[in-house]
Amino acid sequence: MAGFAQLGLLLLALAVAYRPLGDYLARVYRGEKNNRFERRLYRLLRIDPDSEQRWTTYAAGVLGFSFVSVVFLYLLQRLQSLLPLDFGRGAVSPSMAFNTAVSFVTNTNWQSYSGEEVLGHTVQMVGLTVQNFVSAAVGMAVAIAFIRGFVRRSTNRLGNFWVDLVRGVLRILLPISFGFAIVLVAFGVVQSLARGVDVVGLDGAKSTIALAPTASQEVIKELGTNGGGIFNANSSHPFENPNGWTNLIENFLLLLIPVSLTRTLGVLVGNKKQGYVLLGVMGVLWAGMLTVTWWAEAHTSGPAAALAGANMEGKEVRFGIPASALWAISTTGTSTGAVNSMHDSFSGLGGGGALLSMLFGEVSPGGVGAGIYGILVMAIIAMFLAGLMVGRTPEYLGKKLGTREVSCAAIAILAMPTVVLLGTGAALLMPGELGKALTNHGAHGLSEVLYAYTSAGNNNGSAFAGLTVTSDWFQATLGIAMLFGRFVPILAVLCLAGSLARQRKVPETAGTLPTTGPLFASMLTGTVALVAALTFIPALALGPIAEALA
Amino acid sequence: MTTTAERPRRTPEEEIRRHGENTGRFGAGMFNPRQLLTSLPDALRKLNPRHQLGNPVMFVVWVGSVLVTVFAVLQPSVFACAVAGWLWFTVLFANLAEAVAEGRGKAQADTLRRTKKDTVARRLRQDGIHTEQVAGVDLRIGDRVIVEAGEVIPGDGDVVEGIATVDESAITGESAPVIRESGGDRSAVTGGTTVLSDRIVVRISTKPGESFVDRMIALVEGAARQKTPNEVALTILLSTLTIIFLLAVVALQPMAGYSGSVQSVIVLIALLVCLIPTTIGALLSAIGIAGMDRLVQRNVLASSGRAVEAAGDVSTLLLDKTGTITFGNRRATELIPVAGCTAEVLAATARRSSLADETPEGRSIIELCAERHALAAESTEREHAGVFVPFTAQTRMSGIDLPDRQVRKGAADSVYGWVSKHGGTVPDEVPEIVSRISADGGTPLVCAELAGGIATVRGVIRLSDVVKPGMRERFDALRVMGIKTVMITGDNPLTAKAIADEAGVDDYLAEAKPEDKIALIRREQDGGRLVAMTGDGTNDAPALAQADVGAAMNTGTMAAKEAGNMVDLDSNPTKLIEIVEIGKQLLITRGALTTFSIANDLAKYFAILPAMFMAIYPQLGALNIMHLATPSSAILSAVIFNALIIIVLIPLALRGVRYRPSSASALLRRNLLIYGLGGVVAPFAGIWLIDLVVRLIPGIG
Repeated sequence: MAGFAQLGLLLLALAVAYRPLGDYLARVYRGEKNNRFERRLYRLLRIDPDSEQRWTTYAAGVLGFSFVSVVFLYLLQRLQSLLPLDFGRGAVSPSMAFNTAVSFVTNTNWQSYSGEEVLGHTVQMVGLTVQNFVSAAVGMAVAIAFIRGFVRRSTNRLGNFWVDLVRGVLRILLPISFGFAIVLVAFGVVQSLARGVDVVGLDGAKSTIALAPTASQEVIKELGTNGGGIFNANSSHPFENPNGWTNLIENFLLLLIPVSLTRTLGVLVGNKKQGYVLLGVMGVLWAGMLTVTWWAEAHTSGPAAALAGANMEGKEVRFGIPASALWAISTTGTSTGAVNSMHDSFSGLGGGGALLSMLFGEVSPGGVGAGIYGILVMAIIAMFLAGLMVGRTPEYLGKKLGTREVSCAAIAILAMPTVVLLGTGAALLMPGELGKALTNHGAHGLSEVLYAYTSAGNNNGSAFAGLTVTSDWFQATLGIAMLFGRFVPILAVLCLAGSLARQRKVPETAGTLPTTGPLFASMLTGTVALVAALTFIPALALGPIAEALA
Repeated sequence: MTTTAERPRRTPEEEIRRHGENTGRFGAGMFNPRQLLTSLPDALRKLNPRHQLGNPVMFVVWVGSVLVTVFAVLQPSVFACAVAGWLWFTVLFANLAEAVAEGRGKAQADTLRRTKKDTVARRLRQDGIHTEQVAGVDLRIGDRVIVEAGEVIPGDGDVVEGIATVDESAITGESAPVIRESGGDRSAVTGGTTVLSDRIVVRISTKPGESFVDRMIALVEGAARQKTPNEVALTILLSTLTIIFLLAVVALQPMAGYSGSVQSVIVLIALLVCLIPTTIGALLSAIGIAGMDRLVQRNVLASSGRAVEAAGDVSTLLLDKTGTITFGNRRATELIPVAGCTAEVLAATARRSSLADETPEGRSIIELCAERHALAAESTEREHAGVFVPFTAQTRMSGIDLPDRQVRKGAADSVYGWVSKHGGTVPDEVPEIVSRISADGGTPLVCAELAGGIATVRGVIRLSDVVKPGMRERFDALRVMGIKTVMITGDNPLTAKAIADEAGVDDYLAEAKPEDKIALIRREQDGGRLVAMTGDGTNDAPALAQADVGAAMNTGTMAAKEAGNMVDLDSNPTKLIEIVEIGKQLLITRGALTTFSIANDLAKYFAILPAMFMAIYPQLGALNIMHLATPSSAILSAVIFNALIIIVLIPLALRGVRYRPSSASALLRRNLLIYGLGGVVAPFAGIWLIDLVVRLIPGIG
């Protein structure tokens, strides 16, 4: 019952925030005025906020900014011993620094390190927290540029990346993060620059309980669908997520922007129903996976579950099964990757649900920005087929889907399966690496490897914790998977936006297939589900399905 | 600008019948299973890898077939040989689909080629008097040749001198001869057609080898076939799916190895071939060829597949009023008696006035009188003796002089003059009726009779444009499809509006000049709409070129035919609507078979995955819901189904998916149900049935 109450409250909160936030986002990106601080910033950085960019320049901005960010973050970790508040944790190893830098810049926030053991507060605050903000803002900027492709006609300009980036950080992410950080502190989330507190346990053993500037990073971790916890235990750690209320707030925050962006889309394209229908599709996928995982976790029997009264292995007693399932599907569906329970301990079917949530291509409702451009790409694929079936050159949101558009969309959807399947396949061909990394064998071991590459390729960042990924090989391949999974779709999407913006708008007639009704919604849902299923059924059969049927 | 074909006009009944034939399914003739056999040699020739490269999906199957064959030779087993055989069949069936589609075109090309006899032309020398004999192939653009009765016109060109009847049946299949004359819009002649009477001078307008017939042959043979933009886009999508499935299968081997059951390459290739969209991959080019073929069957030649596709996208249709929406000529529709005259008397007078009048208007008056007043359509003996007074530009009246009376009908002013000259007066109501008919868009003919020395006005005959039967329904259907119809007419706005309302078109352009047409097309195109139109005159050429789909009438000028991207050999402007429907049907067939192809994969997974992995994970046996006998029989059955479904669907690919004009949502719902849901269900049944047979093979079952 408490589970349903949490679910109800969560949906209610999202419903209340949906309209105002979605409208606000549209205003932010559509507005022409810059405030005084922004103007000064642009002058300082020699950016002309009024000059609009072609898709190539926009993409160069995204890539250039991200590349510099990776280098900066890498160096910051490698030079940690020179920085204050490092508590003697020393330089991070090259492969781990590379993996972490890529992970945070790509909005994946996969963590091969243990936060409280490896990183000091400076790297956390100056490096990771900053990336939590800007990587999310990059995602939103790309999404907005893509939407502009639909909205604009006969132009080759998509807006100014730097302006979109700055506005995303200053006007959206920072204010919300600031406000909610204070709320979280009020509910008991830790905010401290101290190294930790020394305690003596009941058994007389001395230990140090690590502290960190948690609340300030916690909000953006969820809000920006980042997911990289300051502590290793992430949101199951009592300092990050102490009670039911913080759990609810954090769960709300990680769904907030991806959900509201559908409203923004509707406002920007001038037909709010277009946004609602995408929200509906995202909602159906999310609800479907939630049902599977919740049911699977609630009905798992086994010796451990029988002993505990329920399948509570890897779950926090203060959250219970419903809040754990709710979080698991929200975090995997939004490419956040923060966890409040250990997905590795879920049942075969329950863990499979979380896995499939990511394999949908992160569209339920997906990462900040990435979710909306992801589902728009799927919509283009679905509309291409649907358009053919009604006997017209396919079109979506008033733009024709020709060779160039389909090519770009194809590249965007190809990237993820490529890195996930090749990564998993390659890892399984390395018995030496597997022997060191895997704690489980058989179908569950395969699930762990598949989950790792799925998480990296989809820029999710959550982990089936049973896999040890600190070897150079895993650090490198997972890092590459994250890079490909992030930037190949971004490039394809921006190219697509460029080609859409150049087109004129096709007027809507009675012969136009409406994309606001249940027919289109089911077609899109079916496409997302079918593409994921057909691509990954063989892999899933040897992992979660074999486990679930056992 | 003429838009009427000079071919014998069809009666309304014929129109209705033709209309009935033209709606619904567009068959390209019956598909005969014998064609599969006769096309086999062509299909075998297409096994050449260079041919396969153009089709990424089938190329993957081809490579797979080669690999499996190698393995089957190295380690022979019943299973390996069977899989190898059926994979080759898959490739062969795809080739067969293409060969059958091409074969149908080839037959037409052969017929056309017979018209390309070696002709000897009589070329006029520079002096314009003397002629010289040259071979038809040596003619150059600008040469002038003389063609007389019984001779074959040596090349495409325009008549610059004279008038002749020409037999064009070699091109159009229509046996009635047509008239070709210099100047005007009926000047174009086609090489290979025969002059039946008289003598004309033709100025050659195309190079040898690029003539109309040459282009036609290239088109129907598919030699000039290039992938259309939409076909390219679909090929990219299919290639993407192929790559995804290739990755899925490549990654499966290490996963299988990790799980403890390394798979044989044969099984992996079988799985791959079953998953990639072979059904649509195999039929894609056949669909495109058959689409062009369907147009040719309707006597329409498209210059490219791109034009056919564009036809499916058209959202504005420009239709000439005369000949397209209305019958070419005005017809009598009403008799209005005046001044105490009864309808019967007026009918009798009107009939007499038109007895000897052979113009279509005159005939229509006789028909009206026969229909409404049961008056004889033929002259009686006595009437036959009368003297016919023909219509002239001076008198603007026609009629008949009988021994006891004279009857006249004609333009109001002329008849008024005739009546007053013969001592009669015009009743006041007549000018009122006349102006009312004019205002409604009709043509008033005043009918008067001179008997007993005094002329009396009997009444007014209303001639109006008669909208062809079934047009309103067609326009309604087009509206449902989201296509706006615009009627083009030289009439004044009032007349135009009246006919537009009657015919049910969405809009009209009155007093249209050629430049108005172009302006209208540009305006529509700027709004993002695709425009289709028909035309035949030289002054239509710029508009035909500007339109996205420009269908030129075969009776029209060379300039019009060059400007448009389609030529209608029947010169039937109504056919534009059919062209649009064929274009749509082409896309729908592609979309439906793609959906079907992808939906098939689900069942194939259920067949193959348990077969592959039941040995290591017995619980996966639960997925074997079809209860296939053995792993070998399961995999082989899926492969066989995958190959056979291509053959089964060849007739559908050639004929096209059924298309009924309806809203986009209704179409999608219907096609999703049939080809999406059907695509999920059909292979479950098919594979299960095939397995029942395959399990009997020793070494498999």
